[in-house]
Amino acid sequence: MSITLKHISKSYGNLKAVDDISFDVKEGELFGLIGPDGAGKTTIFRILTTLLIPDIGEAVVANYDIVNDYKDIRNHVGYMPGRFSLYQDLTVEENLEFFATIFGTTVEENYELIKDIYIQIEPFKKRRAGKLSGGMKQKLALSCALIHKPKVLFLDEPTTGVDPVSRKEFWEMLKRLQQKGITILVSTPYMDEAALCDRIALIQDGKILEVDTPEKIIQHFPKKIYDVNADKMYELILYLKEYKHNHSVYPFGEFVHYTDKRDNFNPTELVQFLENKGLKNITIQPTETTIEDTFMELAR
Amino acid sequence: MKQTNVIKAEGLTKMFGDFTAVNAITFEVKKGEIFGFLGANGAGKTTAMKMLIGILTPTSGDAQVAGFDVYTNHDNIKKNIGYMSQKFALYDDLTVKENITFFGGIYGLTREQIKEKRCQLVEELGLKDVVNELVSSLPLGWKQKLAFSVALLHEPKIIFLDEPTGGVDPITRRQFWEMIYKTAHNGTTVFVTTHYMDEAEYCDRVSIMVDGKIEALDSPKKLKEHFNAASMNDVFLKLARG
Repeated sequence: MSITLKHISKSYGNLKAVDDISFDVKEGELFGLIGPDGAGKTTIFRILTTLLIPDIGEAVVANYDIVNDYKDIRNHVGYMPGRFSLYQDLTVEENLEFFATIFGTTVEENYELIKDIYIQIEPFKKRRAGKLSGGMKQKLALSCALIHKPKVLFLDEPTTGVDPVSRKEFWEMLKRLQQKGITILVSTPYMDEAALCDRIALIQDGKILEVDTPEKIIQHFPKKIYDVNADKMYELILYLKEYKHNHSVYPFGEFVHYTDKRDNFNPTELVQFLENKGLKNITIQPTETTIEDTFMELAR
Repeated sequence: MKQTNVIKAEGLTKMFGDFTAVNAITFEVKKGEIFGFLGANGAGKTTAMKMLIGILTPTSGDAQVAGFDVYTNHDNIKKNIGYMSQKFALYDDLTVKENITFFGGIYGLTREQIKEKRCQLVEELGLKDVVNELVSSLPLGWKQKLAFSVALLHEPKIIFLDEPTGGVDPITRRQFWEMIYKTAHNGTTVFVTTHYMDEAEYCDRVSIMVDGKIEALDSPKKLKEHFNAASMNDVFLKLARG
């Protein structure tokens, strides 16, 4: 195992930020912590990168204990915190050299590892980090986190606030890093990014809801989900909630995701019910379960 | 009934020196519509919105918001719109009650109106037990719902929402969208600025800005058909990558 957490808890005053969390990340795995703001993702990262000591529990990263061997861990992991950790008033190349130097290495020594990423920002190497666009900052921060060739890479919400084009590029970079044998623990509030991980932990209010591959988590969803649509969205939601057989009703983009309590649910009956309420252009179609559906079902 | 436009922009342009941040955008938003205003970082969304809410004067072009001209009547625009952003919406070191009273006062509501609105709002949002708590102590989801309601205190014709649901848990997010649907159903226009493409899926119509121009404008369904894409995220990727 590359990362192991056993019954880790951490409180801030009365707030239980992380509540008895255990999971493992295998060597070379791309593992996602998926959850909203305040779920405890950053606290987990800070514990695993030895910046915070847990109240209870044990954790091991790259065979080092997070409390006893904290100095070794710091030499063997890369950490990209949620807010960019770059020095805004140093240039691109100065930032990179700075991080290489404090880890006792040189940019040349590990250039191969960051080449694919760094090459995209190299034309701007004389520019100050503070003047870079969001996507470029992200690439520089990743290069800096990799320059000492870490065994494990921690990325705390690397794609938050980044537009879809940069997000896609970032995930492509992670896949390539994974192929070079680096274990990656990444957190995100975007449920659609879960599918890009080997395994994920769904997390909310400091607790793990489930840990598995994205495919298996979706398979575990107990119900058949239907996409429901009608001419008036607001009324549709109200009437679906009024329908006594509903198990769950959630707006989902242009549709409402509906599940029924009964195993022998007959959509025609529901169409009839909605028509009697005066709705028009009603459609009900089976749809595929998403990670977000599963998350909501587990968090109920 | 004839559908009225509450926002009308024609050739709206803003230049900063030689740089054209917003390049002759033309669009209309109807009463009671949920309109998504999308674009990548730096595409010009924020500049365009600042012109629409009356805090930035356009370089050229025309726009009317809630029936008022953006050049000559921005004070009236401000009185007739609400604004909520994820970054700033409420005062963290005031209580729930104090925030409502403060914003009600700013919007020019009378003491009685504020009291009435406050009771109604506290009841609707289930905030009775925390009315005297500091806003900083509330969970993010509650804060957001409260901020949204506060932005609606003065019954504006249009509410501008800046990335309203980023980072919120999925269930709270749905509750928030239900509030948005209700608001639109009651006739208030909802103008959502975002680069979260899944927020775009909830809108009646969306526009997508690329390099200062509106490159696409239609319902999410039609945009997906037109670009042969499975999601708004794919539509965006196709547009941005050419």
